[in-house]
Amino acid sequence: MTRLELRNMRKNFGALEVLAGISLHVEEGEFVSILGPSGAGKSTLFQLLTGAIRGEGEMRFDGAPLDGARFAFMPQRDALMPWRRVIDNATLGLEVQGMKRRAARERVAPLFAEFGLAGFERAWPAELSGGMRQRAALLRTVVQQRDMLLLDEPFGALDALTRAAMQRWLETMWRNHRWTALLITHDVREAVLLSDRIYVLSARPARVVREVAVPLPRPRTESTAFARKAAAIEAGILDILLGAAEPISRPSDGENR
Amino acid sequence: MLPAPSRVLAKAWENRAALADNTLPTIRATLAGFACSLVAAFILSALVDFFAPLRRALFPLLIASQTLPLVAIAPLVVLWFGFGLLPKILLVALVTFFPMMVALVQGYAATAKEISQMLAAMGAGRRRIFWLARLPSALPYFFAGLRISITYAVVGAIFAEYAGAAKGLGIYMLSAKNNFRPDLVLAAVAVSSALTLTLFVLAVLAQRLAVPWENAKSERAGRYGDKPSREGRP
Ligand SMILES: Nc1ncnc2c1ncn2[C@@H]1O[C@H](COP(=O)(O)OP(=O)(O)OP(=O)(O)O)[C@@H](O)[C@H]1O
Ligand SMILES: [Mg+2]
Repeated sequence: MTRLELRNMRKNFGALEVLAGISLHVEEGEFVSILGPSGAGKSTLFQLLTGAIRGEGEMRFDGAPLDGARFAFMPQRDALMPWRRVIDNATLGLEVQGMKRRAARERVAPLFAEFGLAGFERAWPAELSGGMRQRAALLRTVVQQRDMLLLDEPFGALDALTRAAMQRWLETMWRNHRWTALLITHDVREAVLLSDRIYVLSARPARVVREVAVPLPRPRTESTAFARKAAAIEAGILDILLGAAEPISRPSDGENR
Repeated sequence: MLPAPSRVLAKAWENRAALADNTLPTIRATLAGFACSLVAAFILSALVDFFAPLRRALFPLLIASQTLPLVAIAPLVVLWFGFGLLPKILLVALVTFFPMMVALVQGYAATAKEISQMLAAMGAGRRRIFWLARLPSALPYFFAGLRISITYAVVGAIFAEYAGAAKGLGIYMLSAKNNFRPDLVLAAVAVSSALTLTLFVLAVLAQRLAVPWENAKSERAGRYGDKPSREGRP
């Protein structure tokens, strides 16, 4: 069943054309990634989905025009509130939905172990490492029990080692929960490891230049067979990205409008 | 002409009853004026945060209010409102309000965009976002403003009393001066400095209590058995 469907989404900021007609769809229980160069307009697309800004085009959810809060949204920076303890950050979405703080805490507390945060319930976000912060932000996102997750570069700010560990962890988590998810990333390896399908965007103004299926079995672990197939897909995507990125370097193109 | 510190201290001790008697009204005026200023700054800053046009209308007025020379305005306020508590409250509020207001407005604006956007995506309305995000974001700014403006508060009260009061450190200084007692003037000055210092320390303590997560930042290293070698912060 198709959950989210976007048809020809466009967005300009004044004279700056950011999205030049994006069409995509996400099926129930599917993990889809949007891969594109920095500044392409990926976060802008999420802003359209969450209703923060308006654009042109059609957004449909479960066949009807998109309305209300369908998404649990994880912004590009973790957006943890420094003045709330980790557990109270995790309950934020539930509180906004009207749940009492105590009930929300009871709902969230059992999940801390699974998210590698056991024992840190009462810590301040400033006391967490980068990877823990991202897991806390992800916990806050998934407990909202919305129909779909929107993850904007959840691991973009992490060092390479932590990022790799977090990607594997998320792959395991996803196998257990089968969330419907749309992930933004500019890490090709991350997209291939996690996704069922990948939309490759051009540089700004963003268009979908290719839709890449990732028909690799899960769990996607260390096996050399997986690594070989994944590497082939990654190489193909890199070719598309670098090919699509080329026109920017033409001096006549309006990067500095 | 300038009395020795030892003499000032000795005279202060001798006149401790009168000094205490005149310090209490000053404390009362300072605290009441400051409390009014806080309430006004909070309400106005929140209004300005919700209605942006109000800000453009209000800020020129507020800035103008800060250019009024206290020496000139104090006698007028006393003239209009009498020798009671009210003119003192007004003057203390006048000198402390602006820094608080600016701090709060700036603090609201410092709210991380991602946080507001995320709350909106969760379904929170503007008022909800104000309480959940904008106000807490402003707290560190608020306390920075508090530390500045609290040092003006005592001075404001003393100016008001200087212009006319039944009791208070200001009027005590004035009569000591008129009786050619610089030692007692200085004793009153010492008391007012001690008062300001005390208020400042109280403000710092209040900040420690109200903004505990700021302390956590500096104490982070290793307290929770974290493994920074594996999960370095970005
Ligand atoms: N509110 C706004 N007003 C004006 N321009 C904006 C606004 N938001 C984004 N832009 C512009 O739109 C373009 C795309 O921004 P966006 O944040 O969507 O990029 P992105 O693909 O998420 O990049 P990154 O991978 O670096 O996060 C940028 O050039 C940015 O300057
Ligand atoms: Mg982005």
